[in-house]
Amino acid sequence: MIINVARKELKSVFASPMGWVILSLLMFAFGTQYLNGVNDYFAVMSGAMRPAERTGVTQFVGQSVYGLASFIMLFAVPLLSMRLISEERRSQTLPFLFSAPLSLTEIVVGKFLGLVAFLGILIVFIGAMLSTLNIWSDIDFGFLIANSLGLLLMVSSFSALGIYFSSLTQQPVIAAILTFVALFALMMLDRFFFWRPGQYSWQFIADTSLSVI
Amino acid sequence: MNNFTVEAIELTRLYGGREAVSNVSFTLSKGEVLGFLGPNGAGKSTTMKMLTGNLAPSHGSVKICGIDMMENPKEAKALIGYLPEMRPLYKELTVDEYLTMAARLHKVSSKHIKSAVETAKERCGLGHMSKRLIENLSNGYQQRVGIAQAIIHRPMVVILDEPTVGLDPIQIRDIRALIREVGGEHSVIISTHILPEVEMVCDQVQIIDKGKLVFNGSIDVLKRQRVGNKLLVGLRNAPATGELLKIAGVVEAEALPSGLIRVRFEDGATPAEAIVQTAVQQGWGLHQIAPDQTSLEDVFMQLTYQEQGVAQEQSAA
Repeated sequence: MIINVARKELKSVFASPMGWVILSLLMFAFGTQYLNGVNDYFAVMSGAMRPAERTGVTQFVGQSVYGLASFIMLFAVPLLSMRLISEERRSQTLPFLFSAPLSLTEIVVGKFLGLVAFLGILIVFIGAMLSTLNIWSDIDFGFLIANSLGLLLMVSSFSALGIYFSSLTQQPVIAAILTFVALFALMMLDRFFFWRPGQYSWQFIADTSLSVI
Repeated sequence: MNNFTVEAIELTRLYGGREAVSNVSFTLSKGEVLGFLGPNGAGKSTTMKMLTGNLAPSHGSVKICGIDMMENPKEAKALIGYLPEMRPLYKELTVDEYLTMAARLHKVSSKHIKSAVETAKERCGLGHMSKRLIENLSNGYQQRVGIAQAIIHRPMVVILDEPTVGLDPIQIRDIRALIREVGGEHSVIISTHILPEVEMVCDQVQIIDKGKLVFNGSIDVLKRQRVGNKLLVGLRNAPATGELLKIAGVVEAEALPSGLIRVRFEDGATPAEAIVQTAVQQGWGLHQIAPDQTSLEDVFMQLTYQEQGVAQEQSAA
């Protein structure tokens, strides 16, 4: 039954232009980044660097594309997740799901999986796009798979947060803004507390004090 | 072993301490159509939401075919088809897509989905609208899609909240016929504030006012109350009311402001013939005689008004 709810969500994303527009716009952005990455690779790696410092084409292009993807998802996921529950509450379609033989868990998990499946399409597309490098060179598929998995887990956590905020309000826009602010705040926290050797000591103190708490 | 399809036991719902529905109990058997009547804000929709498991009752319980809605919501909900007041339509989908989705969510097995969608469309007269977006359908057709979605999985109980609101008279007639047809095999509960509608389609009537059941019984009881024992007589040269009382069976005569005379007679008596004869003999100039039907509205008003009167007396005492 969870699958049926997820199918319903996927269907309604693609029934309106919303799904198609977001897919195409994001793929345009990633495609441009990919093209720039390949161009830059030839510019940067053209011999000015010592061979020991050179990185592979997969890592060079992949890093820029996946880096952009994780940044863009910060905006895209709230836009997609905002309508999941609040839109149904506003247009009063929730009784349709409530009076079907479904538990609340099935409804929420189904909606979550539907959204993750939609974003999964995007991740598969990015993977496929980067795999085309294999035509001209020998690329590291392990890098691609690990990055895709990482991106998938990241958008899943974003979606989960998005669904939570979507269930709090009847206004999709408010849900989107709340989700975005929360995601952004989490990102900032990550920047503050992430400790690397050689960073300022106050960050280390903040980090350890947090872990003590 | 009873064969009640719906059992509501002392349903109560509090909204911030105020009782929107209080102590509503009733049962419904297979093949019956129950009409829910009441003025705005009486608690019709709230009761229906509780029956369909969309709203948890504060006290009391609902059983669908013996299955408790609170304990086994999934099993109980599988037996219900519900059309809320606001149609829960996904307007970006086509009729076929929407109904397929509804069938799938109501656990119609994948083999039968197609035939279930076809049957539901046929029953609701939606055959030629299959490929249209729900958004582009007229109000009446959207309502039909709503009803189709409620009957697609052949539920034991169909609950329709104000199914004929906003439809034109022809559509209303079609939908009433559909409700009657559905009522043949399933139990149906409809709510409405259009009184003649209840008379046309329902077997059982419940009148609810301020969250309390004021009347619960067969439609015949209500009809009997309605036909009553009164005649409206129009006379050109009306005699004194005393003259009319002399006719056998007549108990009371009252001149109305409209110029007609309302004649009340004993139960079982049929004085119409005698009145006509006397009128002709005496030259009263009879131009009209008709049974004075209290409209269903009046009965309804009386019932809800009496209840208010009682409540006032109680609060005064």
